[in-house]
Amino acid sequence: MIKTPTTDPNTGSPKEHAPRHQPPKLFEPAIMRRAAVDALLKLNPRLVARNPVMFVVLVGAAVSTYFFFHDLVAKGDALFSGQISLWLWFTVLFANFAEAMAEGRGKAQAESLRKARSTMQARKLGPDGREERVPAPALNKGDLVVCEAGDMIPADGDVIEGIASVDESAITGESAPVIRESGGDRSAVTGGTRVLSDRIVVRVTQEPGTSFLDRMIALVEGAERQKTPNEIALSILLSGLTIVFMFATVTLLPYAQYAVSAQGKGAVPSIPVLTSLLVCLIPTTIGGLLSAIGIAGMDRVMQQNVLAMSGRAVEAAGDVSTLLLDKTGTITLGNRQATAFVPAPGVTEAELADAAQLSSLADETPEGRSIVVLAKEAYGIRERDVASLQGDFVEFSATTRMSGVNVGDRQVRKGAADSVRRFVQDHGGTVPSQVQDSVDRIAREGGTPLVVAENGRVLGVVQLKDIVKGGMKQRFSTLREMGIKTVMITGDNPLTAAAIAAEAGVDDFLAEATPENKLAYIRQEQAGGRLVAMTGDGTNDAPALAQADVGVAMNTGTQAAKEAGNMVDLDSNPTKLIEVVEIGKQLLITRGALTTFSIANDVAKYFAIIPAMFVVTYPELQRLNFLSNPRSAVLAAVIFNALIIVALIPLALRGVRYRPQSAAAVLRKNLLVYGLFGILIPFPCIWLIDRILVLLRLA
Amino acid sequence: MTLSAVLQVLIFFGLVLLVTKPIGVFMAKVFEGESTFLHPALGWLERSTLRWLRVRSDDDQPWHRYALSLLGFSAVSMAVSYAILRLQGWLPLNPQHMGTAQMPAHLAFNTSASFTTNTNWQSYSPELTLSYLSNMVALAIHNWASAAAGIAVAIALVRGFARHSAKGIGSFWVDVVRATVYVLLPISFLGALVLVWQGVPQNFLPYQTVTTLEGAKQTFAMGPVASQEVIKMLGTNGGGFFNANSSHPFENPNNGVNLLQIVMIFAIPAGLTYTFGKMVGNVRQGWAVFAAMSVLFLAGALICVSQEQTGNPLFTRLGVQAGNMEGKEVRFGIPASALFATVTTDASCGAVNSMHDSFTPLGGLVPLFNIETGEVIFGGVGAGLYGMLMFAIIAVFIGGLMVGRTPEYLGKKIQKYEVQMAMLAILVLAASILLFTALAANADFAKSGAGAAMNTWPGSAYGGADNAYGATTGNLNNAGAHGFSEILYAYSSGTGNNGSAFAGITANTPFYNLTIGLAMLVGRFLMILPLLAIAGNLARKKQVPATAGTFPTDGGTFVVLLVGTVILVGALTFLPALALGPVVEHFQMTGLQTK
Repeated sequence: MIKTPTTDPNTGSPKEHAPRHQPPKLFEPAIMRRAAVDALLKLNPRLVARNPVMFVVLVGAAVSTYFFFHDLVAKGDALFSGQISLWLWFTVLFANFAEAMAEGRGKAQAESLRKARSTMQARKLGPDGREERVPAPALNKGDLVVCEAGDMIPADGDVIEGIASVDESAITGESAPVIRESGGDRSAVTGGTRVLSDRIVVRVTQEPGTSFLDRMIALVEGAERQKTPNEIALSILLSGLTIVFMFATVTLLPYAQYAVSAQGKGAVPSIPVLTSLLVCLIPTTIGGLLSAIGIAGMDRVMQQNVLAMSGRAVEAAGDVSTLLLDKTGTITLGNRQATAFVPAPGVTEAELADAAQLSSLADETPEGRSIVVLAKEAYGIRERDVASLQGDFVEFSATTRMSGVNVGDRQVRKGAADSVRRFVQDHGGTVPSQVQDSVDRIAREGGTPLVVAENGRVLGVVQLKDIVKGGMKQRFSTLREMGIKTVMITGDNPLTAAAIAAEAGVDDFLAEATPENKLAYIRQEQAGGRLVAMTGDGTNDAPALAQADVGVAMNTGTQAAKEAGNMVDLDSNPTKLIEVVEIGKQLLITRGALTTFSIANDVAKYFAIIPAMFVVTYPELQRLNFLSNPRSAVLAAVIFNALIIVALIPLALRGVRYRPQSAAAVLRKNLLVYGLFGILIPFPCIWLIDRILVLLRLA
Repeated sequence: MTLSAVLQVLIFFGLVLLVTKPIGVFMAKVFEGESTFLHPALGWLERSTLRWLRVRSDDDQPWHRYALSLLGFSAVSMAVSYAILRLQGWLPLNPQHMGTAQMPAHLAFNTSASFTTNTNWQSYSPELTLSYLSNMVALAIHNWASAAAGIAVAIALVRGFARHSAKGIGSFWVDVVRATVYVLLPISFLGALVLVWQGVPQNFLPYQTVTTLEGAKQTFAMGPVASQEVIKMLGTNGGGFFNANSSHPFENPNNGVNLLQIVMIFAIPAGLTYTFGKMVGNVRQGWAVFAAMSVLFLAGALICVSQEQTGNPLFTRLGVQAGNMEGKEVRFGIPASALFATVTTDASCGAVNSMHDSFTPLGGLVPLFNIETGEVIFGGVGAGLYGMLMFAIIAVFIGGLMVGRTPEYLGKKIQKYEVQMAMLAILVLAASILLFTALAANADFAKSGAGAAMNTWPGSAYGGADNAYGATTGNLNNAGAHGFSEILYAYSSGTGNNGSAFAGITANTPFYNLTIGLAMLVGRFLMILPLLAIAGNLARKKQVPATAGTFPTDGGTFVVLLVGTVILVGALTFLPALALGPVVEHFQMTGLQTK
């Protein structure tokens, strides 16, 4: 029983299974409570300092608080400076809360994984063949361990002896067991999974503390999170803007002094007011949500049951412009299927179907089964009981390259055209030219022709074809719109490959693929400046997986493949790559959109604060003011600035909705939503906050 | 706004549009080393100059050597200019006997910095200060050299985009020589002839004293005006032969010449956008940049013209309907003056045919705002294009993220390094304008030790007796918000390498000469260095082929994004400062308040 990809053959999309990693709801009370506590702990200046924008807010909050106490003592406007300080603290807390929320979901997941790791015992096999019980963490690379039915596999490794069914649900969430056996591409086992039957000997391939499970826990917790290249570039932009706005705000003090002395009236704005202006102008919205967006992006990949080894890999997925997809299992259904019976002259289709079915009754290959199915579906030929026919079955062999059945003196055979020709000629018959034509045509169209003959008489040809999964063509055309080129990898000859490629609608194909020419193809694409993504599972895929910018290894694959790639798909579903690409894009879009929104917001905040700041010196500026009074104007802007962070947490965690479209269309839409509305929306919001403040007599 | 005013703006814009492609194609050929129709006539000049410089025509420099060449060239030529200015009393071509009394050290520093940086800020009256040699050698030489250097830097940056996996970004020396020989020289030659034909003087005579019809004696300043006038406009220099600059009839005799002058200001910057498109292999990319510049130009021009035509409501109330004619030449009228003001500040030219100080508050806000965008609306020769490309990098970075890919511009990934350098340039410009203004506007500073000490420097006293002797605020002829605008304008103009002035401020003091001189050097070289670094880094990168997933930078959406970035990132910084200057003034005026 071998686990096949959990893909619905009709749609090609991942089937709904019951994942153990059921993602917690976005705002689950438990996570929110924990995030609220974490938000306070994250006030540690050393932690905040990692984010220059929020660090400026923190300093601003501290400075305002000083002035609040000063006002308390000096009987100044403590109500005002107190509120300003409060909201500045809230601004930092809200940003911390966003980050804690994003981390919270991973933390919950990590805890359940930790349980799987705890207190595992291993049966270590000594050099003399004797077993010894040791705790799992004491295992070293190269040690041999024995696992029998019911045992937990204590560490990552390769099966070197035996075959067993293994329950990997602890890692993958998939409850159906999988087969693991020595040799070949299904030898890798993961620590923390359970052997259900039989006995295997596993050679440990990991050093202590570096197991797949350890890495997985570290990843979901975000402990290993490093800033991705685009995130670094964006942080630089935001820091630069912060410094520019610091200049703009700091210089306002001498400007105001000049104005006051020139006008001979009014007052220089107080430090809390200047601080408020600064905090409102610097990009706190994106600055506060930036790390939450990154963590949430990783989390979304996780929810797809894909384990990304780094945020860099997820980001690179968004940049991918070439997608290498294996034909079998990804683009086509696993096996070729009979699609038509083409009879020879003077033979009816039913006659051919009957003979073909007869020859395939004992053929347990998927191709053979599909002939039986087609005969039944197209001609209503019932499946006959093999035993009652008293037939003598001829199995497929590499020398004859035919299979069939002998019933009495009827010798029915099906097989490759040249083999069957020899068989017919041996029986004194010939292959009619029409049949040869059909054979050639089917081959040209990318199918596989099987000739059916009975003794010396050729009955016709069965057409076997690769069945392209439903919906793939649509999917590839969407990818094309997104600017992603799809390449089909297949071992078929170029002719067959071309026909299937055309039918599936991929942009290019690599026929007669070998590990070497796969690697060469990737290098050639990369030399042209493209980023390449691929999936793979076999050991011989490892070099290509390592070379690709995004290499997704199937969890069913070998250890070598898993280590070479930068993502592991726990569902082993090759189509998943497309979802990962979309998540990568969504991650970048969310960052860009919130940056635009953040900067666009500044216009309204200027309109709120600047007139309020100087109206005492220049009463004419009252004409620009749309708010109640100077104090409420400044407060309203600061409150808006803090609340918008909270309001956008769901967007930051879920990501901006992404529909595959051309870049031009995506940009137009996002520019309108986050740019134009980013300019307009704050006006009514700040106005409303201002009214509420006045109503509550807070300003 | 009258119909004829709109037509004047449109006719001007049409002429610019007309010359953009021919000049652009020509420059692309010149800088890619191809042969043009001028090579048979001028090729010897290029070859012999390069031979004299010991530079091969296929020389290729990595960015830091390109930058060092530029810095070395600028430093040496600035030092030579400084020396000539200081020594002019002992040098020939000095019929008016100008000497060190007219040219103290701080003024010589300011002036040589000003011309080296293509700013041409003049805190002196040339006809009362400079010998002909100072004018022709110490200053006019920079009108060529700084313009050529600006073009060279722009071309180097374009090469960064156009090349891939390359080490070099071209040769500074070859680019400067080619820009001078094939671009500046031929156009200037023709332009000067036209100016002479139209009545602009070109002589070495001493100043002429004549008796007017009323019997009064009047002195006419003379000199080689035409040759300097043409490069003043074409090289977006702006330094006038006379104090009155392009409002002087000898510099700008009639409306036809006036139109020619402003077309010359935009000719090379507009052409460079096409050159850019051509060199990166997609002329639509160039037109997109051109379009963004055009939107900003037209908006500014229409606001400025309409504000000036509306005039001051305080006068309108008194029955004066002529719009705001204060500080404008009657020969040119309001639209041509407002258009000139917009053009000269869009580009970093700084020539003036009217007094910007006398504009209405919002009319005067337009030139100020234009300069504070970093002068990227066509901009200075070369400087406009490289400034706009800097904003394009920021725009592409933010916009590119919004399409879900690592941002790319012209096939080059915009990553940490590019963002870092572009932000550095923006930061430096903002800091220079804001911090120097803060220093100058601070009344305490004027009275403090450092400010007062400067006033005791020898030679500080040059200037009219009506000017206060203080360092900073004391030197304003206008108090209040308008005075603040004057200070802000001075440092914006200096940092932006514009060179026009809001006048009203006596800038020829040690404090202003030193700080504005520094602002000019900072604004020029601390902007060029990061951009050359970007050019070098981009040239090294691989080219990413464009796909449907690539954010298109040759369409309308990009133009909108670029315009938005220039306004939001470039100018948002200055909004508080502007609110305290022109904006307050406007409301004071419309509120019918008099001071």
